[in-house]
Amino acid sequence: MTTATASHDDHHHGPEKGLMRWIKTTNHKDIGTLYLWFAFSMLLIGGALAMGIRMELLQPGLQLMEPQFFNQLTTMHGLIMVFGAIMPAFVGLGNWLIPMMIGAPDMALPRMNNWSFWILPFAGGILLSTFFMEGGAPAFGWTFYAPLSTTFAPDSTDFFIFAVHLLGFSSIMGAINIIATVLNMRAPDMKLMDMPLFVWTWLITSFLLIGAMPVLAGTVTMMLTDRNFGTSFFDAAGGGDPVMFQHIFWFFGHPEVYIMILPAFGVISHIIPTFARKPLFGYSSMVYATASIAFLSYIVWAHHMFLTGMPVAGELYFMYATMLIAVPTGVKVFNWISTMWRGSMTFETPMLWAISFVFLFTIGGFSGLMLGIAPADIQYHDTYFVVAHFHYVLVTGALWSIIAATFYWLPKWTGRMYNEGLAKVHFWWAVISVNVLFFPQHFLGLAGMPRRIPDYSLQFADFNMISSVGGFAFGASFILFTYIVVDCIRNGKPTTSRPWEGAKGLEWTLAPKADYHSFNKPPSRELIEAESQHS
Amino acid sequence: MNEEEYYVPEGTYWPIIGSIGVSTLFVGFANQMHGAEWGGSVMALGFAITVFMMFGWFGQVVNESTSGIYNKQVDRSFRWGMSWFIFSEVMFFAAFFGALFYARQLSVPWLGGADNNIFTPDLWNAFSASWHQMAFLAPGSVTDTALQSGTVMSFPVVPASGIETATPAMVVNPWGLPALNTALLLASGVTLTYAHHALRAGNRNQIVGWLVATIALGAAFLGFQIMEYGHAYQEGLKLTSGIYGSTFYMLTGFHGFHVTVGVIMLTVILYRVQKGHFNADNHFGFEGVAWYWHFVDVVWLGLFVFVYWL
Ligand code: HEM
Ligand SMILES: [Cu+2]
Repeated sequence: MTTATASHDDHHHGPEKGLMRWIKTTNHKDIGTLYLWFAFSMLLIGGALAMGIRMELLQPGLQLMEPQFFNQLTTMHGLIMVFGAIMPAFVGLGNWLIPMMIGAPDMALPRMNNWSFWILPFAGGILLSTFFMEGGAPAFGWTFYAPLSTTFAPDSTDFFIFAVHLLGFSSIMGAINIIATVLNMRAPDMKLMDMPLFVWTWLITSFLLIGAMPVLAGTVTMMLTDRNFGTSFFDAAGGGDPVMFQHIFWFFGHPEVYIMILPAFGVISHIIPTFARKPLFGYSSMVYATASIAFLSYIVWAHHMFLTGMPVAGELYFMYATMLIAVPTGVKVFNWISTMWRGSMTFETPMLWAISFVFLFTIGGFSGLMLGIAPADIQYHDTYFVVAHFHYVLVTGALWSIIAATFYWLPKWTGRMYNEGLAKVHFWWAVISVNVLFFPQHFLGLAGMPRRIPDYSLQFADFNMISSVGGFAFGASFILFTYIVVDCIRNGKPTTSRPWEGAKGLEWTLAPKADYHSFNKPPSRELIEAESQHS
Repeated sequence: MNEEEYYVPEGTYWPIIGSIGVSTLFVGFANQMHGAEWGGSVMALGFAITVFMMFGWFGQVVNESTSGIYNKQVDRSFRWGMSWFIFSEVMFFAAFFGALFYARQLSVPWLGGADNNIFTPDLWNAFSASWHQMAFLAPGSVTDTALQSGTVMSFPVVPASGIETATPAMVVNPWGLPALNTALLLASGVTLTYAHHALRAGNRNQIVGWLVATIALGAAFLGFQIMEYGHAYQEGLKLTSGIYGSTFYMLTGFHGFHVTVGVIMLTVILYRVQKGHFNADNHFGFEGVAWYWHFVDVVWLGLFVFVYWL
């Protein structure tokens, strides 16, 4: 087979030229780049929708749009951010970084890797196209509860269902690939407990994905047949139960939120030791904490349903189980702080993002604890307090870590350094505006303002205006972010292979701009030990 | 085969063709459901592209594999990939089993007034919950007044066929066709294992014999399953027969679909055995399909116990 032999030598050369490079590629860096740009464009689209939401909420009264369209905006904003921005961004980071971190040349299943990515633009396209359909886009919230999403939903819902199938298929393939890569492509001399935490957290996240995404596929399949083929899974008139929808959805949904935060924990566990110039405190407890969080995340789902109706025993069980998650999460926060304790700290941009992650994510964790108290949740549920909670964990948690990772590894991806001064300006701009945006939402929620509503009573006006102004400022900060990244790629000053003095990890032993294929020969035991996180 | 060096496959167009195929299939399907005349043809086109992609992609991998450029590491990657893919399938079925358990153990009894459900006696006084008696009311047929008067929501205990006592439990007697099908599938697991032993021993005639037996057993299973569906539909157990019909058909239907895929894969393996693609220690293709077949087998056991028997 001539083609096959040619391919065998192929990895000694650089990439193909032109558009086909990106379509045919089996290279983890190319695919990682595709994922990251895709996620970034989705972030901008989802962000634009959010600007629409905040414009409507700037003042009480119906200002700009019909309530139905407002609901389409919140629904699509949530779906795009979760499935289009955060998840693909983490898969992109995983693609770029995992092979470099474990001393491998590439991912284990490179062609499947290509497919995992190339399904996404199609799925995203189908999802976005629903805006232009008769009856409009889905308007039932990103949680698509039945019967809103079955009996009362627009026709476009079936397109949404298939988009979710495709997105799920992509995530499952991505997760399988990461497991195979970590378990099979790791340098022979790297033991599991030598693996950097980003690799560990992604490995565990992959198990969450493979366990949870098929259940999501099952949920939307039941929706599809309820809508079109007369089954009655979620219809009490046929003996089914809309509450069952919520159980199945949240059995996926709660692991899903950890899918979006565990890799973030990994990223932060790289950045803090680097700029504190100390080994990560409690490496193995970090690994065990991650595993316990993943396990617990499967058995707490009904804390989203305290008000849906459940036997009291269920309420109590889900409340206590939820509280348990605070323990391993607390271990992590403790370890990050202990890593900084008496370190020789400097505050380059990635570190600023990482430290603010620790602060702001912890605020989100605490509001989560408040929500997890079943009797208190009667007051908080479906108010802006929940909105504040999940934006603290997802924006200043998941998204923060993605931005931190971008600044931290951008030199390795491009061989160039970004503009540190501008990046600091950007950081302060974003961190202040994001708090102006989301912090007042706690107060709004405690005072009783419901979520997913285009209009509100007058007593909520002030905080909403503050929040909207913060929102516009935060949105605008991404213009600067885009400029900084593009400027770095085009004009950044060339860097050394280890631009951060305190950085450990195999990726920093590669060329300043990492080679097309990372490791063609596995790294030695000495190198692995010298670069490990616990030495 | 080079064990020293890493192997990274060359790029191909198959993934993008797959994306186009699957998306076309789905877009056609969605349009079909909303009355677009061209929906069906677009769906068929998408299906054709997807099948073309699978032949092309797997064909390329088979060619590369038989030309000996894969090493042991590639083989292991395939193994990890296949086993976790099967696990994801397990979780897909778990969602439907979860729906079955939840409906049967919790929501249907609750509808019938268990745990002091105050609504049942007031609203649905003629309704008594029993798992197999679920029949379905067309959506929209329940009006508010009917609801309040308690006439409509009392479930039509009488199934569509009009035979008052013909609960689906009597339609699908577990010790008839389902038990036979259980035997067939279990036997097919055994014959497949014999085929594997024969492969290890390098006896091609035996492999072919056992594989043909496995395929025949799988096909027989499917035939009986179709027969059973026919019976059930005649007796009034339909996909639309409320939650029992929903769980029954979705679980057995997805299982049957997986058996179909399994039979197709086994046939491909049979063809490859005859082409001499496998040898005693290099036959991942065979093993992957065998794992899949055993998985389908195990799912059936769950179905037999929880859907038919109990
Ligand atoms: C200490 C850990 C956490 C606890 C105890 C917790 C608890 C809760 C509870 C009880 C709710 C339901 C509130 C309600 O609807 O009334 C909730 C909502 C939510 N949480 Fe958390 N949470 C935690 C961490 C996280 C993390 C890490 C994420 C994501 C990265 C997250 C994302 C969300 C989201 C998206 C929702 C809203 C879902 C919806 O749209 O209804 N949470 N959380
Ligand atoms: Cu949760």
